[in-house]
Amino acid sequence: MEKNKIIDCKVVIIGGSAGSLQALLQILPFIEPPTSFAMVIVVHRKNSDEQTLEDLIALKAKIKLREVEDKTPLEKGYIYIAPSNYHLLFEKNETLSLDTSEKVNYSRPSIDVSFESAAEIYGSALIGILLSGSNTDGTAGLKAIQKASGMIIVQNPLSADMPFMPKNAMLNTNPDLVLTPQEILEFLKEINKA
Amino acid sequence: MIEDIELEALINDVYEYYGFDFGSYSRASLKRRVSRVYVLDGFKHFHEFLSKVRTDPEYYKRMIDEITVNVTEMFRDPSFYQVLRKEILPLLGTKPFIRIWHAGCSTGEEVYSMAILLKEAGLLHKSILYATDINAAVLETAKSGIFPLRMIKDYADNYRDSGGEEDFSNYYIANYGFAKFNEDLAEKMVFSQHNLVSDTSFNEFDLILCRNVLIYFDNNLQKRVVNLFDDSLAVLGFLALGTKETIKYSISQSKYKQFEKEKIWRKIK
Ligand SMILES: C[S@@+](CC[C@H](N)C(=O)[O-])C[C@H]1O[C@@H](n2cnc3c(N)ncnc32)[C@H](O)[C@@H]1O
Repeated sequence: MEKNKIIDCKVVIIGGSAGSLQALLQILPFIEPPTSFAMVIVVHRKNSDEQTLEDLIALKAKIKLREVEDKTPLEKGYIYIAPSNYHLLFEKNETLSLDTSEKVNYSRPSIDVSFESAAEIYGSALIGILLSGSNTDGTAGLKAIQKASGMIIVQNPLSADMPFMPKNAMLNTNPDLVLTPQEILEFLKEINKA
Repeated sequence: MIEDIELEALINDVYEYYGFDFGSYSRASLKRRVSRVYVLDGFKHFHEFLSKVRTDPEYYKRMIDEITVNVTEMFRDPSFYQVLRKEILPLLGTKPFIRIWHAGCSTGEEVYSMAILLKEAGLLHKSILYATDINAAVLETAKSGIFPLRMIKDYADNYRDSGGEEDFSNYYIANYGFAKFNEDLAEKMVFSQHNLVSDTSFNEFDLILCRNVLIYFDNNLQKRVVNLFDDSLAVLGFLALGTKETIKYSISQSKYKQFEKEKIWRKIK
């Protein structure tokens, strides 16, 4: 595995849909606050779910959660969650922008939109991880990350509640790694030391 | 996606040929939107797209319509309207006259929502609602007060969630797939084109709503626009933004007091 990709990592972006919360809860509570990267989470959620996901993650994770508002600066050592009903985008000056334009893959936030935008800004300093889910969102985003020399990881479909999304990604991209949530955790601990 | 330099070339040409300045729009969103029409309209080379924009004013209009985001709803974020209804309107109601500005009103659903709140509070007769947008086409829809009937069920739910107790269907007449809202709601509305990038303040207001517009602007333009609102707001007036927008990065916090946890700020000096 290319070591330099890991050492330079500034952003770890994780996408998921149905079944991804279980995976996140196997990972996030056990990582120490990262010293060199920020974590961004983009999951499909109900419009009515305004805060519950944020509250849950804030409660479970050791890493501090930063509320995402428009133009919130993206800083290492924090977790950011795409708010419901907005697409989350990345700006050159390392702030986050929100966008209410039409849904993509029936989703807002859409994983593809955020992955593509992050790839534009962070290139090889980005690691994209796609978790469980039952639609095709995320695949095009992973492609964009790979094209921009970032690293892509897909949850092992055998370990996913809803294997369709990771399977679709494996069929259409060439992931650097295919890992179970436990292995994703080990991987993130490792790069956190790097 | 199109290249950064291509986007800059487009921004320059649009400014030079049409006088519209996209230079301070959020690049992340703008780039996505421009890439989207470029693909949608089947262009293969960026210079062809550029020359089409330059030479065909009709196409320029289409492109602008496609890259600006006009998504809106009635009673969008019901809890926001609940606070307006329960807390803000009673405070404004003590004034002899209430002046409201909807900046970036899009097709007007927000303005009709406000008129309904004012009517139910018995304040509509002494209010005036200025509703502005950069886009002339959306303003035409707003003036007509005609919205797609298929959205009405969601709007009625939003209305109820915002604390509305009337029969929502009393506010419109349904016809051929459209809902036409009652004329009396529109009596106090004034629609006009206004560009937040280049136009100045045109009145003093007690309440300014600018929801989900600033997200399309970069930090500098946000600062300028928030200052424009500051110049247009009476002392003790209110500024309301979208649920994920903030004035935190734009203006001195000592001048404004946030209203509880809402995206509503009161000008205190
Ligand atoms: C997403 S809509 C918001 C509609 C409504 N306020 C709401 O929250 O539902 C954004 C609107 O901002 C308008 N807009 C964009 N740039 C503008 C500018 N420079 N001046 C005025 N309005 C602008 C767009 O035309 C669009 O109608």
